[in-house]
Amino acid sequence: MKQSKIGAWIAFIIGALYFIVPLIGTFEFSLRMKRGEYSFEAYRVVLTDPNFLASFGYSVLMALITVIMGAVLVVPTAYWIQLRLPKLRPIVEFITLLPLVMPAIIIVFGYLRLYNSSSWLPLTANARSTDLLLSFSYVTLALPYMYRAVETGMRSIDVRTLTEAGEILGASMMTILFKVIFPNVRVAILSGAFLTFAIVIGEFTMASLLNRPAFGPYLQLIGANRAYEPSALAVIAFLVTWACMGIINVVGNLKSNKRPA
Amino acid sequence: MTAIDTTPPLPAEPGPVPDAFAASRKPVMGQQTWAWIGITPFMIFAILFLIVPTLYLVIGAFQDADGHFTLQNIADLFTPSILNAYWLSIKVSLASALIGAVLGFFLAYAVVLGGLPAWLRPTLMTFSGVASNFAGVPLAFAFLSTLGRMGLVTVLLRDFLGINLYGTGFNLLSFWGLTLTYLYFQIPLMVLILTPALDGLKKEWREASEILGASSKQYWTMVALPVLFPSVLGAALLLFANSFGAIATAYALTGSSLNIVTILLYAQIRGDVLHNQNLGYALALGMILITGLSNGAYIWLRARAERWMR
Repeated sequence: MKQSKIGAWIAFIIGALYFIVPLIGTFEFSLRMKRGEYSFEAYRVVLTDPNFLASFGYSVLMALITVIMGAVLVVPTAYWIQLRLPKLRPIVEFITLLPLVMPAIIIVFGYLRLYNSSSWLPLTANARSTDLLLSFSYVTLALPYMYRAVETGMRSIDVRTLTEAGEILGASMMTILFKVIFPNVRVAILSGAFLTFAIVIGEFTMASLLNRPAFGPYLQLIGANRAYEPSALAVIAFLVTWACMGIINVVGNLKSNKRPA
Repeated sequence: MTAIDTTPPLPAEPGPVPDAFAASRKPVMGQQTWAWIGITPFMIFAILFLIVPTLYLVIGAFQDADGHFTLQNIADLFTPSILNAYWLSIKVSLASALIGAVLGFFLAYAVVLGGLPAWLRPTLMTFSGVASNFAGVPLAFAFLSTLGRMGLVTVLLRDFLGINLYGTGFNLLSFWGLTLTYLYFQIPLMVLILTPALDGLKKEWREASEILGASSKQYWTMVALPVLFPSVLGAALLLFANSFGAIATAYALTGSSLNIVTILLYAQIRGDVLHNQNLGYALALGMILITGLSNGAYIWLRARAERWMR
């Protein structure tokens, strides 16, 4: 027993070193910008770069749009599958898993051929409609996580009883969906939302190939041209990811404390 | 429940199981057609933005520039430069999946069954959630500032131990460098997938085998590992597909100096470097087949693994 415990500690310590050393390395490197002393100069440079603010803001906005569209698409679908069309569950689940099977680069490659400016639906013809296409592509990326989260949330509430109660009280279908079902899976949507946010915020492939000024392509550009700023950006990106995961945990705990049902 | 039971259109007792009578037990708005309308937006979205774009590439792979059927594009994949790209991608994915699976297994084992302090487990799980999503461009920056030519570890090794890391033949912008970087999200992903499986190992099995006189080794080789095997293999396949489709980390790390298939496809999309659009589609088709097979096998193995989790 003792021996296995030592082994466990060794495994854990090696793992911890592997994961912590790059973080320390990144942080240390990001402080090196001024010769001979540690300073937050790289952070100052990054945070005052108008392109940083613009691209980060753009990606935040895209993430928000993605989350909203994802929720509007996924919640009614999961609801109807649960309530009316359980036979279609395998098909819908398969579709939601497709983005895990198909690399992002494949999906966006298809978009570029299918929706180019000379096609039947020229979504890449101007900047606004390309933004729309980019957010659609992000919705596909988010689909596996969003659907899984909402599905789990929906199984934990009694969808049928809630719906019937709503019907007896004379509520319309839309009222039931938006005033009863949505609030009840709020926590699930939120955790799916923050996961989506973490994925979308630094996404590179799709934004780069659709030629939009997002945070991911900005990071890549800085990485190719600067020395210390990339490390500062990596630290910032890590903190954003960490914040998203932290919020998911907090939100998840809220659920178990607040409502036993 | 009682208030609802008094209403007429409720023949069956609503249970937790999604029942087949759901549609027939219709109150106000439950016709089948309505139900179909409910999932129509999702279906249209999936068809337009997932299925048709992929099919377009798949069909294009079997067409020449004029739209006639041909197998020439598939045949053209078997040229040295394209095969090398696939092969390097497969090698990196295989190495990072296998090493990630083994190390992730030990790490998950250490916190679940290794008798470590209880607080380490939620810490590791939260960290794994973060690290498995900390991929892409920033991850490349992190490893460049740690193991690059001026990175912290490189400098510390040189100044304090006199080891010239790059003199030993190590290079971050190489097969092993990329594999080492990918492990940063592969190991946490393995931990996340495998922890539930390890939780599923029932104490009773260990006790039963000990009572029957089995050694610890016998318990592992004859009980635990066979039960865990589908989970571990399935997770390894998922890890494989995960790194096979990745591009951002590799691109930010190595530019286009490391010729993996996603970077080749990226260059093809940007500037038609293969000088043949349809060959690009065939390149994509090859990727879809590889990730599709490994994911399909993962889903199949997971279904097998879940037998033991009940």
